[in-house]
Amino acid sequence: MIRLEKRPTPSRAWALSTPIIAVILTMIAGGAMFATLGQDPFETIRIIFWDPLFHERFASFSRPQLLVKAGPLILIAIGLSLGFRAGIWNIGAEGQYIVGAIAGAAFGLAFYPSESPLIFPGMVIAGLIGGTLWAMIPALLKVFANTNEILVSLLLVYVAEAMLASAATGWLRNPEGQGFPGSRNLARHAGTDNPELFAGTGMHWGVLAAFVAVIAAYVLFQRHVLGYQIKLAGQAPRAARFSGVNPGRLIILCLGVSGALAGAAGLFEVSGPAGQITIDFNSGYGFTAIIVAFLGRLNPIGILFAGLLMALTYIGGELAQLLLQVPAPAIQAFQGMLLFFLLALDVLSNYRVRIGRERAA
Amino acid sequence: MKRTTTLLTGVALATGLAGAAIADSHDPFQVGFIYVGPTGDFGWTYEHDQGRLAVEEAYGDQVETVYLENVPEGADAERAITTMILGGADMIFTTSFGYMEATNAVAAQFPDVLFEHATGYLREHPNVSTYSARFYEGRAVLGHIAGHMTESNTIGYIASFPIPEVIRGINSAYLHARAVNPDVEMRVVWVYTWFDPAVEADAAQALIDAGVDVLMQHTDSTAPQAVAQEAGIISFGQASDMAQFAPAPRVASIIDNWAPYYIERVGQAIEGTWEQADTWDGIGPGMVEIGEMTETIPAEVRESAQAMIDAIAAGEYHPFTGPINRQDGTAWLAEGEVADDGTLAGMDFYVEGITGEIPN
Repeated sequence: MIRLEKRPTPSRAWALSTPIIAVILTMIAGGAMFATLGQDPFETIRIIFWDPLFHERFASFSRPQLLVKAGPLILIAIGLSLGFRAGIWNIGAEGQYIVGAIAGAAFGLAFYPSESPLIFPGMVIAGLIGGTLWAMIPALLKVFANTNEILVSLLLVYVAEAMLASAATGWLRNPEGQGFPGSRNLARHAGTDNPELFAGTGMHWGVLAAFVAVIAAYVLFQRHVLGYQIKLAGQAPRAARFSGVNPGRLIILCLGVSGALAGAAGLFEVSGPAGQITIDFNSGYGFTAIIVAFLGRLNPIGILFAGLLMALTYIGGELAQLLLQVPAPAIQAFQGMLLFFLLALDVLSNYRVRIGRERAA
Repeated sequence: MKRTTTLLTGVALATGLAGAAIADSHDPFQVGFIYVGPTGDFGWTYEHDQGRLAVEEAYGDQVETVYLENVPEGADAERAITTMILGGADMIFTTSFGYMEATNAVAAQFPDVLFEHATGYLREHPNVSTYSARFYEGRAVLGHIAGHMTESNTIGYIASFPIPEVIRGINSAYLHARAVNPDVEMRVVWVYTWFDPAVEADAAQALIDAGVDVLMQHTDSTAPQAVAQEAGIISFGQASDMAQFAPAPRVASIIDNWAPYYIERVGQAIEGTWEQADTWDGIGPGMVEIGEMTETIPAEVRESAQAMIDAIAAGEYHPFTGPINRQDGTAWLAEGEVADDGTLAGMDFYVEGITGEIPN
């Protein structure tokens, strides 16, 4: 008989090795799936994990694209990890991402066609504020009306999506767009663009912000009393209250920071890689970032790697689709397997597997 | 000022060096397709993929086709298109409006690759063409049938987004329903999605609850068909035939048939006679088709609908022929006047008689 026994403290060895084991298990299970689809499993897996980084024809393009894809995921996930550690569940980063993008884009477009260097910083601030305000709705409702922030923040995503559609087809629509939906292209107008900072690296302001956020979160959790309070509130809410942590303040702070970072990610994306406000501008970064946050074990460095790994499976999966015509749903299933194994193996770092009967006490 | 595209320039240079090797590595002409949905959606993307298969059939070993499905519009599209080119594509069809900026941005970096963008208007570089279909011609025929078939004199219309293409379809359907049934009323529900079976089903049910007995849709799933079947009303297939719901509720359909265009353009590209173009084809060249009209429609209505199809195909009849007023009562087209393509392309108003407002 197999039993699980809770470890007094999570095993560090398992915590470090489970991601590697998970990747290996994914390769085995995914390889079996690809084989049943009639593909060479070794070639498929090599294309997904290896070719984006080292293929002679694709790597020089895909390597920088990894940063472009991972940047917003990391930035949002870092924000979410603060709340998740404190037991505050912001599920609506997608909505905050959208509102940040709309706010930032609207600011930039209000001054069109000015090319003043002050516009982009203003857009960033507007994006931060937009995301923060959208996150304040669930935060204040939780603090003052004791509503459930999971539900409120999630449902506000759908409200944000409706706002996005209305902006794209109405009040932010490109006046020169012949009635088609979509704003002016911010990325192609000096002043509102978020360009690549160093040629050939994929590094734009958003990627830079993501790295800064990783470092800041690391310092916060290691050195700052606030980081300690967040961890304490998550692990022992009663103890936290006795030691003077104000739960309302913590809720507003955690949701505010995650909203601000999601809003900034939206702004960097709309003024850079995406370029414009469109009906379908949001492509699920806010939700994927939740996965990234947990993949990274809510640890800033872990999130950095988790974001890059997610980006790799997207870009490698795209290559596999292209080169082998593996169907897109098979790639999504493969990504799902990776997440499943990573999270399922988490049990090993928190529990000890015992084989045999439980001894009578 | 143009966007700083140093990233892609770098790539273009890098691949330029390896360019000769790439050209040698594949003899067949490689044609890529970027799809917004899954090839199995039995709607928009499905029909584009049928076009791709028709290209393969037409040119055999001369061509090789590749595709990427479920490509989100926006940032991911630019990466997907570029990756496809690095993989050796010589010509790329980007089959959704949202790929417009990405298509043009990549086209600037790869002047030797040919681009065909569906339903857009931006052709910033000589290697970019655009193409779309005059769906409003098909909507006119469906409107004609709907006007005859409704007994409650209320037609329901599930609309996706308030963009010119959708508004044109509503206007065209309404005008031709009213022409055969002056008492007809059109109820429009905006669902703000192209494909969401649950939302589309809800919209269909809401319309049926409001007394609609003929249902039209400008969204791509078959969910409204299932709801119509349940309610015992009639409906029309959209984008693809949706023949699995024939003979009722689906009594006819409007089909996007991209195959003739794809075959023609790929042929020109292989021969080296491809030139930039802005194509807007309708029933005549076969880009828009009306699926089989079932026996549920009375024979004389099928005949008059067929006559309309023939007249449109022959260029004898334009669905927007005056007199037509705008919704606010002001004159748009005088007696016998035909709408110009520019106004149609940017249509942002309802015609007289439609109640309700276009959301903004």
